Amino acid sequence: MKIPDLLRVNEIIRGLWITFRSMFEKPVTIQYPEQTRDPKPRFKGRHALKRYDNGLEKCIGCALCAAACPSDAIFVEAADNTDLKRYSPGERYAATYEINLMRCIYCGFCADACPTEAIVLEHIYELAYTDRSEAFFTKEKLLDPVSDIGLKTPQKVEPGIFIRSIPQMKDPV
Amino acid sequence: MDMTMVLEWVIKSIVLILFGIVGFAYTTYFERRALARIQTRIGPNRAGPAGLLQPVADAIKLIFNEELIPTKADKYLFLLAPVLTVLPSLIIWAVIPWGTSITLFGREISLYLADINVGVLYLMAVASIAVYGIVIAGWSSNSKYPLLGSLRATAQIISYELSLGLAFVGPILIANSMSLIQIVEKQQETAWFIVLQPLGFVIFFLAVLAEINRAPFDMPEAEQELVGGYHTEYSGMKFALFFMAEYIKMIAVSAIAATLFLGGYSGPWVESLPWLGPIYLLIKIIILLFVIIWIRGTLPRFRYDRLMSFGWKIMLPAALINVFLTAVVIILLP
Repeated sequence: MKIPDLLRVNEIIRGLWITFRSMFEKPVTIQYPEQTRDPKPRFKGRHALKRYDNGLEKCIGCALCAAACPSDAIFVEAADNTDLKRYSPGERYAATYEINLMRCIYCGFCADACPTEAIVLEHIYELAYTDRSEAFFTKEKLLDPVSDIGLKTPQKVEPGIFIRSIPQMKDPV
Repeated sequence: MDMTMVLEWVIKSIVLILFGIVGFAYTTYFERRALARIQTRIGPNRAGPAGLLQPVADAIKLIFNEELIPTKADKYLFLLAPVLTVLPSLIIWAVIPWGTSITLFGREISLYLADINVGVLYLMAVASIAVYGIVIAGWSSNSKYPLLGSLRATAQIISYELSLGLAFVGPILIANSMSLIQIVEKQQETAWFIVLQPLGFVIFFLAVLAEINRAPFDMPEAEQELVGGYHTEYSGMKFALFFMAEYIKMIAVSAIAATLFLGGYSGPWVESLPWLGPIYLLIKIIILLFVIIWIRGTLPRFRYDRLMSFGWKIMLPAALINVFLTAVVIILLP
């Protein structure tokens, strides 16, 4: 005789045992403000503008990132470098660099488009703000700090070292 | 009847109502913590030490919520429904004995509000009134989901009340009394009625789960199908009252189950130390509350037609057989 489903008491007891057992397992909750979890290596968070080791900015103000951006979140205004006031090893640098994080969809196309790997999507994910003006990330907020061996920009350099419009070297001396 | 007697009753009533309200608040906390542990989460632990102030935070939030009344709702019934739901769950506590009696300030104080000789009937009657609140809430909201929820509640509670009533008959027959105190005393003499009436206890427990709309019988408030069921249109304190009714009923049925089947306030040394009675009853209530929460954390909701066929085709015959066997055994064994 087929047992009616409702009378399958052993299944109910098995279920109750499973839930009872799970009460003694370690909770999987991460207590967020106190505990944080590291993102995965390829996680795409907020952008950062990178520098070479000597302190020069990688960004050459080409605005390819702005062109690649599907949501038009990036605004770049370039200006010419001189040997007295040098920001980047190339011909030009980004005088204004702004990312509107209200528009950004964190697709990472800007990082893919960048010829000098200047803009990178970092692991920063705590992006809450209380004022809309805080969502505009200017160059000062995006730029990485200068490393220990580098110098601040603008730098005064000898003429004749940086002659290419697009820098070639991985890490210029 | 002197003034001190009246005063004693008033104080006992206030203590019981306060117990109900505080119990409601901390049952929600207990439920959230226990469910969280079942799902390997932590649960509310932010408000106060270990989250103990969470019920207070919830209450403040609900008080400041906007009280909405739908335009086409029947206003008087709409306001009456939550009250009608809460009141029975509070007055049901009147007959539940917490112990025999203690001496306080030179007065002998009995640890129950009323020892009426039809205590069990009183329980049945009061427990059934609560369904009116649900029906009126669903009807007066003038909205389809509350109406469907209240229709389900009516059908469900009426179906399961039969088995519930028949489950009461076992302890009544054995104790040969309808007074809850005599039922407890009979259990002290013989054994807990869960031993003598195992089937009766199971039927009772399933029937009260359906009666108080708890999972897996929470059909009237099936969120996935009915939004919120009969209290969809309620907000603020009126919504809180429905919740209060549900949780106080949960505590009340745990107390009734403990009294009828688990020996009530009886336990070791309770004869010499009568103040142990409330403690024993409280421990039994907490264990039963945990079982109710545990079942909610385990079993999925029944399908509606299965709920009805389970109620009528399995529960009712089983309850009838239980009553019949109990009666036969009592007649055969003097």
